[in-house]
Amino acid sequence: MVRSHPRERGLSCLTEWCVKSIIQHMMNNSPPAIRARDLHVVRSGRTILDNLSFDVAPGTVTGLLGPSGCGKSTLMRALAGTQARVTGRLEVLGEPAGTASLRARIGYVTQAPSVYLDLTARQNLDYFAAVLGVPRRERPAQVTQALADVDLTSHTDALAGNLSGGQLGRVSLAVALLGAPDLLVLDEPTVGLDPVLRRDLWNLFHRIARERGATLLVSSHVMDEADRCQRLLLMRAGRLLADDTPEALRARTRTETVEDAFLRLVDTARAQEETRA
Amino acid sequence: MNTTRTVATARRVLRQLSHDPRTIALLLLVPVLLLVLLYYVFDADPRAFDSIGASLLGIFPLVTMFLVTSIATLRERTSGTLERLLSMPLGKGDLILGYALAFGALAAVQASLATGVAVWLLDINILGSPWLLLVVALLDALLGTALGLFVSAFAASEFQVVQFMPAIIFPQILLCGLFVPRDTMQPVLEAVSNVLPMSYAVDGMTEVVSNAEVTGDFLRDLVIVAGSALLVLGLGAITLRRRTV
Repeated sequence: MVRSHPRERGLSCLTEWCVKSIIQHMMNNSPPAIRARDLHVVRSGRTILDNLSFDVAPGTVTGLLGPSGCGKSTLMRALAGTQARVTGRLEVLGEPAGTASLRARIGYVTQAPSVYLDLTARQNLDYFAAVLGVPRRERPAQVTQALADVDLTSHTDALAGNLSGGQLGRVSLAVALLGAPDLLVLDEPTVGLDPVLRRDLWNLFHRIARERGATLLVSSHVMDEADRCQRLLLMRAGRLLADDTPEALRARTRTETVEDAFLRLVDTARAQEETRA
Repeated sequence: MNTTRTVATARRVLRQLSHDPRTIALLLLVPVLLLVLLYYVFDADPRAFDSIGASLLGIFPLVTMFLVTSIATLRERTSGTLERLLSMPLGKGDLILGYALAFGALAAVQASLATGVAVWLLDINILGSPWLLLVVALLDALLGTALGLFVSAFAASEFQVVQFMPAIIFPQILLCGLFVPRDTMQPVLEAVSNVLPMSYAVDGMTEVVSNAEVTGDFLRDLVIVAGSALLVLGLGAITLRRRTV
């Protein structure tokens, strides 16, 4: 869809357009940031994602939880547009996932740090900022801010290859913060970090959602991170077990923690599979 | 295609290399030292050095750029940075041109150094202008970059990618006319050498050695080498996929 520039349509139209967008914003009826319907991914005969349907509201922090190998990373790759052979419907920020115009609007962090080991942290961010189309004048400030956000200010000029695993992961995360993306897809960004850093990063995620109105989808296989999310998607073996708030999930399963709730849901699912078989 | 992104990519590749001074030293000095070695090998027959030395000035940039590019792009594929870049608004052409620019600049320095040493220190006897040698050397470097980029798609590890060097480059060296004139080879081999790009790189160098003027054959050789490089770069672009299984 091509939206003609407001200036071309005259001032009255510009005012009308402004008022409309303000009203739309106030009514908060904006479409979901992610809309998935009947999502399937089959890889070499194995079903990785099995009939996933869910919505993610804009401006929220949603946790994608489940044991390793349950399809979290594949779902995230599908959202970032790097997964081949995705069937079903997957809309991101109102457009089909993988659309070229989405590439600058999504910050995607893979599980393994994807940065150049033979560049410094700052040089890595400089390059990715240029690729994302951040104007040259704004690059140094944005890079400095992103490195401060992930608490790496003291390591800006260290060669990435000399950083620890946790620091390297944070350089990779900082890349995703560049260019103020509308959607952040973060694959296990807090794994292997100490408790203080983990808390700081979760605070950062909420701040990004609150201040910029960005949407965050954060995966983890550590259930105790669930309570830091506004909403949870629980996955097991390519299927969605639950799509709810942490509180509602605990209440519904009559459990104390999200971990217990997850186990309760897994047991129920298993029992259903056995009766069906 | 976007100039900012292409230039940023070239700058990034050069910055990566700048953290690796040993590789730069090897890239620049090894061809020069090999030329000096060859000069003394042909101590008794300086005429032979003229033609073989000139051919090598074309072969060195091709081989070194092939190695450097194939390993650099393989790393890009296996480290996840390629997937990250292709999930960003980076055109495949921006990436490939960025690499070609960076390694082309490096090849320019390498070829100037090697040609300079051959012409001024080793008194290589050529009728044509040394600048023409440099032009052929640069196109050869581009061809090496293109081939390296292309084969990296078929290798899963650095072990595999270096094995493509004897597989892709050695046959071309054997058949390019360096050892015997191409028209004296077994006819099947001659036909094969007619479709290998390095043959034209070496033919071009030979034209400069034996002709004071720019000949039509020289121009044809240049066009063939440049065309092959562009063709292989295009094939390389096809191997960069935004969506992978």
